[in-house]
Amino acid sequence: MSSNKLWILGLVTLVVLPLVAPSFWTIQIAAQSLILGTIALSLVFLAGYGGMVSLAQLAVAGLTGYVAAHFGIQSDSSLGVSLPFGLNIALAILAGTLFGSLIGFVAVRCQGIYMIMITLAIAVCMFYLARQNLGFFNAYNGFHGVAPPKILGFDLKSPIPFYYLCLVSSTLLYVLVCHLIQTPFGLALQGTRDDSRKMRTLGYNVERIRIFAFAIAGFIAAVGGLLRLWYAGSISPGSINVGASIVILIIAILGGLSRPIGAFAGALLFVIIQNFAIDFIDRERFNTMIGIILLVIVLFLPGGIVGFFTLSRGK
Amino acid sequence: MDFTFFLKVVLNSLTLAALYFIVAAGFTLVFGLMRVLNLAHGAIYLFGAYVGFDVMKATESWLLALIIGSIVAAMLGVFIHVAILSWMPGEELRQTLATIAVSLIAADLMIAHWGGLSYQIEVPDIFFGSVALPGVGRYPIFRLMLVGFAILIGFFLWALLNRTKLGLMIRAGVDDRDMLASLGKNVALVFVAVAALGAFLAGLGGVIGGSAFAIAPGEDSKVLLSSLVVVIVGGMGSVGGAALGAILVGFAEQFGLAYTPTYGVVYTFLIMVLVLMVRPKGIFGRAA
Repeated sequence: MSSNKLWILGLVTLVVLPLVAPSFWTIQIAAQSLILGTIALSLVFLAGYGGMVSLAQLAVAGLTGYVAAHFGIQSDSSLGVSLPFGLNIALAILAGTLFGSLIGFVAVRCQGIYMIMITLAIAVCMFYLARQNLGFFNAYNGFHGVAPPKILGFDLKSPIPFYYLCLVSSTLLYVLVCHLIQTPFGLALQGTRDDSRKMRTLGYNVERIRIFAFAIAGFIAAVGGLLRLWYAGSISPGSINVGASIVILIIAILGGLSRPIGAFAGALLFVIIQNFAIDFIDRERFNTMIGIILLVIVLFLPGGIVGFFTLSRGK
Repeated sequence: MDFTFFLKVVLNSLTLAALYFIVAAGFTLVFGLMRVLNLAHGAIYLFGAYVGFDVMKATESWLLALIIGSIVAAMLGVFIHVAILSWMPGEELRQTLATIAVSLIAADLMIAHWGGLSYQIEVPDIFFGSVALPGVGRYPIFRLMLVGFAILIGFFLWALLNRTKLGLMIRAGVDDRDMLASLGKNVALVFVAVAALGAFLAGLGGVIGGSAFAIAPGEDSKVLLSSLVVVIVGGMGSVGGAALGAILVGFAEQFGLAYTPTYGVVYTFLIMVLVLMVRPKGIFGRAA
């Protein structure tokens, strides 16, 4: 089967999925994969095309979720301000994008594992801030009973409209990334990944290109964070802890960093493992298994599953 | 806020800085020599603490707990290095990912074995209780001892690095690994020794920290964060930098918590950002 046909088949499957599959597959598996895939997409974009591995993308998604919950409708009436939905969404995504850019501003001074260290430190700081701050983040409790809005007559609380919202936004972001990497900016970004010194000599402002890439990744992660908040209906420090940040990295590594689709492939695989592993192992030992899978991928399949399929197709 | 409170916060900062130094010194040595970002360092700390707790319960000897906890941690460090990291030399990203995998597995298995409860290692009678300090009031003796331990360990590390042949090789390796190898030195063996030393310090920190504070799931990421920030601030591979970084981070964290309780961690973050702005390689870091 040619690769074009494969794409069309995949997209058609996703579009008709809610009509043919039980809601478990639509919501638990597909919607969750699309959401996690969107957040992982921001990392694949940064790491695969900019050579910058950031562990703070979930922190960006988390801050977005917190802002949306704080300024949205939730069950704890003692805290937060309820803004109109349009304003709330815009504010949340703006906050996430700005936070992503700020992380970039700090992190682009360093390269390689230094950048991993700094972004990890930022992610952990974000977790502790959310846990200890009562005035904005509601400390240990976080926010619960957060409901997605009704837009254009669609109640996003019900599964099928929500699924399509996830599908449309992740597809748009995917197309955005695929388009961006072919623009002069995208090519320059890949240039800085391959040889930043040469790019500097050619007159490019390497830092500015990298920070801009972080801003875009921040935007993508922010959209993912908003969807994740609506999906879960709640947000708390536990949902942005180190483990959760690492899950995003694991998804990107599982899928492979070489192509944007890897983010979604990795997310699907991760969600399936998460949902079906309990049939084989103790639910409590899920992290052990994920750790072992990560270790196996790192040791034997450095390109992730996308890399594996690309190789086996002789490309 | 009164002066007594201020002095108490100073002491809290110092004792925390002492613990951070012990743990981060191992982290920075491993990083400086091998360019391995060992994100399992926090897990090794926690493992050392748990083992120390069990030994203390079985033998009621704190010294034995300290020694065995540290040695078992060192063995774990050597295992991680030999069984996993040495298979991918020079591949920094893969090594980092592998240590993430190890830390996930280790943290999960430790929960399986020791559960989610919070423990504390009993300290020997001579360290137990509190002492009256002028201007401060009563302060736990063991927390003061922590500072003593850190100074002692700092001195030993200084002596090891500056007065022994192994230290000479470690310092040479931090500066130029390839040169050291081409001089015919057994770099692989030096690597194993440093992996052991780094993990030993993490385990030592675990038992000491587990006696002064608590041992519980989640402590590993707390320790990992402080090690990361200490090393980012102080400069990778520099023990002196780790000491300075630990003091900065300890003070920032404690003063932040004491005076602006709900924004405490912001100061840690700000210090990191400020240092990176001025010196991207850390205060004592040198250009690679």
